Amino acid sequence: MNLQNLIQDKTYAITLAVLVVITFLIPICNWIFPENSPLHFSAYSVSLIGKYMCFALLGLSLDMVWGYAGILMLGQGAFFALGGYAMGMYLMRQIGSRGMYGNAELPDFMVFLNWTELPWYWYGFDNFGFAMLMVFLAPGLLAFVFGWLAFRSRVTGVYLSIITQALTYALSLAFFRNEMGFGGNNGLTDFKDILGFSIQSDGVRTALLFCTGLSLAGALLLCRWIVNSKLGRVVTAIRDQESRVRFLGYRVELFKLWVFVFAAMLAGLAGALYVPQVGIINPSEFSPLNSLEIVIWVAVGGRCTLHGAIIGAVLVNYAKTVLTGLMPDAWLFCLGGAFILVTLLMPGGIVGLLRRPRKLPPAVNIIGESA
Amino acid sequence: MKKPRNVFHKLTFGAVLSLALTSTATVRAEDTIKVGVLHSLSGTMAISETTLKDTMLMLIDAQNKKGGLLGKKLEAVVVDPASNWPLFAEKARELLTKDKVAAIFGCWTSVSRKSVLPVVEELNGILFYPVQYEGEESSRNVFYTGAAPNQQAIPAVDYLMNDLKVQRWVLAGTDYVYPRTTNKILEAYLKSKGVKDKDIMTNYTPFGHSDWQSIVADIKKFGSAGKKTAVVSTVNGDANVPFYKELGNQGVSAENIPVVAFSVGEEELSGMDTKPLVGHLAAWNYFMSVDTTKNAAFIEQWHNFIKNPKRVTNDPMEAHYIGFNMWVKAVEKAGSTNTDAVQKAIIGLEFPNLTGGVAKMLPNHHISKPVLIGEIQEDGQFVTVWQTNKVIDGEAWSDYLPESKPIIADWTPPINCGNFNTLTKKCSGQNY
Amino acid sequence: MVITWVLRVLLLMYAISVPAQTQDAFSQALEQIRTGSMGEREQAIETLASDSRALPIFDAWLNGNLFEFKAESRLVIVTESPMGYHLTDASSGLALTEVDRNAVGKINLTNRLRSSLRKAIARLQLDAVDADTRLAAVNTIAKDIDDTGLALLRTHLIDESNLAVRVAIEHIVLLNDIDSSDKATRIAAINALKDHDNRNVANRLRALTEKNADGNYLETDGDVRNLAIAALTRINNRLQVYAAIETVFFGLSLGAVLVLALIGLAITFGVMGVINMAHGELMMLGAYTTFVMQQLLPDSLGWALILSIPMAFIVAALVGIGIERGIIRFLYGRPLETLLATFGVSLFLQQAVRSIFSPLNRSVATPTWMSGSWQINDFLSLTWNRFYILIFCLLVFTALLQLLKRTRLGLEVRAVAQNRGMARAMGIPGSRVDAMTFGLGSGIAGVAGVALSQITNVGPNLGQAYIVDSFMVVVFGGVGNLFGTLVAGFSLGIANKVLEPYVGAVLAKILVLVFIILFIQKKPRGLFPQKGRAADG
Repeated sequence: MNLQNLIQDKTYAITLAVLVVITFLIPICNWIFPENSPLHFSAYSVSLIGKYMCFALLGLSLDMVWGYAGILMLGQGAFFALGGYAMGMYLMRQIGSRGMYGNAELPDFMVFLNWTELPWYWYGFDNFGFAMLMVFLAPGLLAFVFGWLAFRSRVTGVYLSIITQALTYALSLAFFRNEMGFGGNNGLTDFKDILGFSIQSDGVRTALLFCTGLSLAGALLLCRWIVNSKLGRVVTAIRDQESRVRFLGYRVELFKLWVFVFAAMLAGLAGALYVPQVGIINPSEFSPLNSLEIVIWVAVGGRCTLHGAIIGAVLVNYAKTVLTGLMPDAWLFCLGGAFILVTLLMPGGIVGLLRRPRKLPPAVNIIGESA
Repeated sequence: MKKPRNVFHKLTFGAVLSLALTSTATVRAEDTIKVGVLHSLSGTMAISETTLKDTMLMLIDAQNKKGGLLGKKLEAVVVDPASNWPLFAEKARELLTKDKVAAIFGCWTSVSRKSVLPVVEELNGILFYPVQYEGEESSRNVFYTGAAPNQQAIPAVDYLMNDLKVQRWVLAGTDYVYPRTTNKILEAYLKSKGVKDKDIMTNYTPFGHSDWQSIVADIKKFGSAGKKTAVVSTVNGDANVPFYKELGNQGVSAENIPVVAFSVGEEELSGMDTKPLVGHLAAWNYFMSVDTTKNAAFIEQWHNFIKNPKRVTNDPMEAHYIGFNMWVKAVEKAGSTNTDAVQKAIIGLEFPNLTGGVAKMLPNHHISKPVLIGEIQEDGQFVTVWQTNKVIDGEAWSDYLPESKPIIADWTPPINCGNFNTLTKKCSGQNY
Repeated sequence: MVITWVLRVLLLMYAISVPAQTQDAFSQALEQIRTGSMGEREQAIETLASDSRALPIFDAWLNGNLFEFKAESRLVIVTESPMGYHLTDASSGLALTEVDRNAVGKINLTNRLRSSLRKAIARLQLDAVDADTRLAAVNTIAKDIDDTGLALLRTHLIDESNLAVRVAIEHIVLLNDIDSSDKATRIAAINALKDHDNRNVANRLRALTEKNADGNYLETDGDVRNLAIAALTRINNRLQVYAAIETVFFGLSLGAVLVLALIGLAITFGVMGVINMAHGELMMLGAYTTFVMQQLLPDSLGWALILSIPMAFIVAALVGIGIERGIIRFLYGRPLETLLATFGVSLFLQQAVRSIFSPLNRSVATPTWMSGSWQINDFLSLTWNRFYILIFCLLVFTALLQLLKRTRLGLEVRAVAQNRGMARAMGIPGSRVDAMTFGLGSGIAGVAGVALSQITNVGPNLGQAYIVDSFMVVVFGGVGNLFGTLVAGFSLGIANKVLEPYVGAVLAKILVLVFIILFIQKKPRGLFPQKGRAADG
């Protein structure tokens, strides 16, 4: 193992270690120390860290498709939101008759739209198991259909990127329509319980954070294992020279599809963990700009490193939290400036700073030129 | 190779550590009372909300010059939720737990309020919400200082029906909950007045809709059937400019087909070419052009604060003005900024409107307001053509919707509930 | 003798007293306008309606030039002057002083007053010398006709010499004849009117074919009714043709806006392969340039608009070249990093505009020649601003095409786009061409911003609204193909507008997006793929 790999492994290990420590430390601290102790993590920090971890998981999923499979996905937010909606629908059903209008059968917004019965696609969401299944299935299925169509007809490069953007844009418009039965622009909100526990209690919040941390650490291990497996190597090879791999006899589209669907499911999981922690899911999560931001987290952290995506997602969002409070009028200057500087001075992202400068793998083949 | 590694380690640890520290730190200054200002300063809603942030800074500044509150200075904590709905919830939590603000003044869109709602309820904070909205809500922790549908939409329709003899109605709106609810209430109301289905046309468009050609052509066709037609517009924000431009260009003038809008005020007009809009109507609870000494003083205060004599004032600014002053009075009455005490003290408090009359905080957490209907003039101001002769009480739950008809909100004992069903005598939808 | 003398004296006295009395009523009415409520003002208009002296006052009032001179409590007509306002006394027409803007108060109008005014002006103008003015007056009266108006027109018809005015009046009379008690007159009227594209005719005929609540026809005369139904069918057939023309026009103009917004993108993205997320913000800069130009030339809005086209080009091109030289040039061959960096630039520019111009929208006025519509007939009208934008779009497109085809710069741009290394080997200065190309694309974005300022908000969010759509259309048309961009823009515009009446605006857009997604599966390189070796990635 050469020096670079060693460093990579070290930062990777540190990221993982920090993750595990946070995951276990916070629940333990909150369990041991009383509420007013400085070592007790407030609900604010718990939900904030939980949110960052969800974003980190989302960034990780994008790094799988973009970093390793070379598919610049400008619509990863769509899968995130779908997972979120699946979770949101379960949480809506948990409200039961405690809604505004006290209707046990229908969520408030349906009562309001004069609907008399539950649409068929809401069936089954009373059941947590079914909802969790849908968290993976809904984004997975969409990714499968979309990917199957796109990879089979060899849509590549910028064309693929733009139609993924079209996908999430179309979904945002669709979910925005009140007729769709997903709450329109307001989305799903006013959640009360999860698995019978109040969603606002400290215990549930800490438990959610614990789940998110575990999922993130698990996902990081799993992704690492995948990219180092034979499958991962083939996928990386496809990224670097698609036609050559195809000529070697591999079914290129199937490999790409596999990674694409896997990443979509990870994003769905991130969405599902995100919704109970922030308490709302609405169509703005589908907006193309949100998906673009995910790309930026990964780029800032360092593409094609896995843990770089996590670091990028956490750092960018942390900066956002701090700056929107500290300098509400000028934070966009800082953020915009930071993006420019990162790309110009740190082409490999933060993790890339540690590597010896070497040629980066091609991001995506753009018209005409093989980069 | 060694050096950057160390730097990096420090970076990562530093970030995690500072995150943990900032969020758990409980040190705070006790000599000021903090007031949270939660309005988007970037993103799509910055257009409307930035002004409200400035209004709050002005009001807080003026209060401090008068000696502050309870002997302490007020301190504004401004954050930017960046037109991002989940970020609204996060920032509200930050304001309440980290900054420990005594009250939050903020939000514009319904979805941002819905996003903040669970947070203020959980942490027992106070939110003053200054924008006209769809009703169907009354939270213990929210005070609605904007208009409810019965304080804006219904009087406007009454005016059109009685004074302009309108017989055909176009209900055009942006597709979200406020227009949907308002139009639903209006439809029920119009039908109760004997308007037939074929004389009502409803149309919804997405946010920021910019191509109105077909819709305006349809409105024109609908309005050319020989009966007097009016458009009731709940079109939101950015979509209004192209909408009015298209109306003007296709020759729909206010004399043929007047448009009465609920979301177009002085500030929106200041960013539009007003020529095609002259004569169209708007219904609000405040106009900058209303000639009272209080209003003149308020406008002068605003111009001095913002250092630009061309800036206009508008309805949500008045709502913040009333809300802030009511909160100040309530804190003085209660002798503390404690949420429960302020909630108890504020109900029944009165404060004069800028346009005359007195606003009163009702037990349902809405306030009483006069309703004014104005015609747009070329200078971007309104001429009041009609107004209610007394203030109208805000209704949280509309009487024109079958499902909300039996529901009332009353935050005084014995009911003490924002969602009380008078038929079943049950309080539902509460989180505590 | 004595009697005649007495009569003469009486007559004389009468002659003196009449103007005195009317003078009195006249100034009283003016006083009413100045101080009265809206209701009293309406009465005053009634009073003055037959007095030709009131015409200039009414005109001034309707155009917003009637003011109260506060110091002297009198009604004045103002004309703007550099110092403030130039005053003319309303009742005597004598020129008064020049005053500051604060010395006068505007006499406000409501819709009701406005329509009474228009009516009164029209009636007064019926005797105007200019035939066009008379025609306009007749049309105004026809809009809201009552018995007085009809009688007035009938009397006027006798003396009218101009053919167009006669036809217009006869037409109104005919329309009224449909309600006549004489069957022959009615049938003649319907026959005469059935080929007119006129809304009133259509409404009148429709009324004849309506049924009451019991299902019986309101019109009892079967012949008249059948004739009306036949005439109405003819009108409806014509209406369908007009509706189709209108839809195509709507589609084309929507497409024109799209095409304008994305030709610049087609160059930077299509030819250079740079994903420029700040493209929308460059359009925003163009729109703000228009705003600034109008602030600089407040008296000639039209010229300001025309001058802003080159200005916006220069501003946006300079910013574009700045972005290229400062950032993008270090990132060639790494398109995704460009995406990231230009996204940063777009955030930066947005916030900069917010800081400089405030986050509020800015008002950009539409010059008169661009507002209103080209009224072909009562059922078909094309709005001028869309019409000009459509033409402008085609002009810009042609100019760009010529530039790329016929000039040396164009040749170099194409050479670099096709094969950078080879072009360089042939002695083409690659980096200079890159900067120029990017500047060209950015400049066109600025020009598009000028057009957008005429139809939508000029605010910090202007760019974001168009960027996603633009990328979609470029990809649909085929990256790197200008002609494909044009076809794609127009066809998607028309598709959108054809679908819209059936499924609504939102669903129409979703369907178009889904169509693009599926279309790309079928033709992975867009509508007009680039051919040859250069196309293989």
